[in-house]
Amino acid sequence: MTADTAVVVENVEKWFGLNPALANISLSVPRGEFVVLLGRNGAGKSTLLRVMARLVRPNRGRVRICGVEIDQDPERGRERIGLVAHQTFLYPGLTARENLRLHARLHGLEGAAQRVAAALSEAGLNLSADRPVRGFSRGMQQRLAIARATLHEPELVLLDEPFTGLDLEAAELLSERLRQWAAAGRTIVMATHNLEQGLQGVSRWILLDRGRIVTEWTGDSAAVRGRYRRFLQASPLGSGSLRN
Amino acid sequence: MEGLQKRLGLLALLAMVAALYAIFVLAPVELTMGVVQKIFYFHVAAAWVGFLAIYLVCFCSLRFLRKRDRQWDIRAASAAEVGAVFLTLNLVSGPIWAKPVWGIWWTWDARLTTTFVLWLIYMGYLMLRRLVDSPEQRARLSAVVSIFGAVNALIVYMANRWWRTQHPQPVIAGGEDSGLHPDMLLALLVTVLAFTLLFFCLWKMGCDLERSRESVESLRRTAQRHLREVR
Amino acid sequence: MKFWSQTAAILTKDLLTEYRTKDVLASMLLFGLLVILMFHFAFEPDSEEIRKFGPGLLWMTFIFAGLLGMNRSFVGEKENDALEGLMLSPVNWSSIYLGKMLANLLLLLLAEAIILCLFSLLFNYAIWPRIGWMAAITFLGTLGFASVGTLLAAVSANTRMSEVMLPVLLVPLVLPVILSVVLATAANFAQPAEEPVMFFWMQVLAAYDIIFVTLPLMTFDYVLEK
Repeated sequence: MTADTAVVVENVEKWFGLNPALANISLSVPRGEFVVLLGRNGAGKSTLLRVMARLVRPNRGRVRICGVEIDQDPERGRERIGLVAHQTFLYPGLTARENLRLHARLHGLEGAAQRVAAALSEAGLNLSADRPVRGFSRGMQQRLAIARATLHEPELVLLDEPFTGLDLEAAELLSERLRQWAAAGRTIVMATHNLEQGLQGVSRWILLDRGRIVTEWTGDSAAVRGRYRRFLQASPLGSGSLRN
Repeated sequence: MEGLQKRLGLLALLAMVAALYAIFVLAPVELTMGVVQKIFYFHVAAAWVGFLAIYLVCFCSLRFLRKRDRQWDIRAASAAEVGAVFLTLNLVSGPIWAKPVWGIWWTWDARLTTTFVLWLIYMGYLMLRRLVDSPEQRARLSAVVSIFGAVNALIVYMANRWWRTQHPQPVIAGGEDSGLHPDMLLALLVTVLAFTLLFFCLWKMGCDLERSRESVESLRRTAQRHLREVR
Repeated sequence: MKFWSQTAAILTKDLLTEYRTKDVLASMLLFGLLVILMFHFAFEPDSEEIRKFGPGLLWMTFIFAGLLGMNRSFVGEKENDALEGLMLSPVNWSSIYLGKMLANLLLLLLAEAIILCLFSLLFNYAIWPRIGWMAAITFLGTLGFASVGTLLAAVSANTRMSEVMLPVLLVPLVLPVILSVVLATAANFAQPAEEPVMFFWMQVLAAYDIIFVTLPLMTFDYVLEK
């Protein structure tokens, strides 16, 4: 049962001091699905993604990634995960190639040199592969970050507000990548607070508010956009910023 | 829970009165040092509590890292605050006793140095707690530091002891000729008991205070939220 | 096996970054020189005084320079949240600690070697006949210092005012190291050398190192976790 499910989250609860960041969240994502977590800043989307990767340890509840109990064996769980976030996770002092090579070594990838070279040319960074990342434009850094996060071909791709601050070119590249990953049967879980960027192929939209799952929608992004806007107007945010 | 605190407080008060009686009436005046030696009882009792507290902080921190229950973090923090106060008492009363007896305010012997270092560890711990904003992170980081502090307190003591321990001959369970007068020993034990009870009483109060502070904080937030929704 | 190759990857990453800029090494060395300069003007020591205060002064320089260096050790990780990137890869988080600790250790040892040479040169301090033992003592002392320091650097990187927090937490905790290493160094350079004393303090150092390399490995996960 679990082997077909990419992510299983059971009764997860997380408190940051007095603030509940996640309140009793249960959720399961079958393999190959594209799920979007919707909600305002501070609704708990980011925390939920980080609980999945076991960067955050929940106060209660369990998480399984592709059948691996993440709490027992975080390393084997993380092997299957790639996270694209609005931070790039890059070392500015290292070159593009060195950044990718470090990632390959940490993942113990075979044929690392070829894979790194392939990823670099795919990201259009062939010419600047051996220059320190510090000198890269924002767009180049983002393309490299995407290449880095998926170098190990993860079964599960997590995205945390990936479109924030992307320039046009990088945003197009990311949309293209999302289509490719979905077509290749990878599972995608993406957290976002705005729907202005149209998304294709989403199978489910999960609405989070104040650490709880409010509802689930299906449908294309245009239809969901209207519903989401109505939700935001209908439930104004009190001082309910739930994160510190 | 209210009852426990009252009972502890009452016990501490009784023990304190008994300690004062034992120190000033029962125990004889020390021959060479005179009346000033009476500080000894408070001085040693305060040190005892200061050292006891760091291990309680460490214990509560370990429980916290295991259980992730905020109550253990509150207990650790409060024990550290009270422990630091007692250790400060010890550090202040020491020189008052030392000056007339040894002719100096301070000497770098094993005990004094260890106490001083432990005091610095307390200060580091408390300062760390002030400088981490997220409560969750504060609890974790300070728990780790307290484990290091507790282990280190032992090592500092041993290292210093090997280095130099000439000044205050260990009075209790030290050499054969260093025995205390039985009444003095009794007075010391009663004072230690009184201080320990006082510590537990203050500790309990500190925990309660922190809990009230938190519930006030959460009430304030709820109130704010409702206010905003009304508007 | 996997653990060690990942540790090595993180270690090389840190050393490579430092090799590119040499910022940390340069600032530690300059700082060391400044301390030596101040020592000269504050005391104008003759050779007898150098013999007496040299070990203490050397180690104070090492410790302060080390604080300077280790403070930087998690700054680079904060930029772009790169540390989170490391945590996301399938590594045992202890190997992150170990990699960074070894990088700090090597960097500190290099800086200390250079400062020691300069010190000996400028004050005509005879280190060469007993340089082997000095190297052993320095290694033991620096290992304890770097292992606790790396953990606490990770702790203080999460605070406001991290530059102040590190020394406040670290110095009391490495006091046994400072004490033992100074006494061992003094015994080593005494005329004639007091080997039994030196060996005794080296044993204390080794014991401290064993405890304080193990303890961070057991607790580092709690520091990283979010």
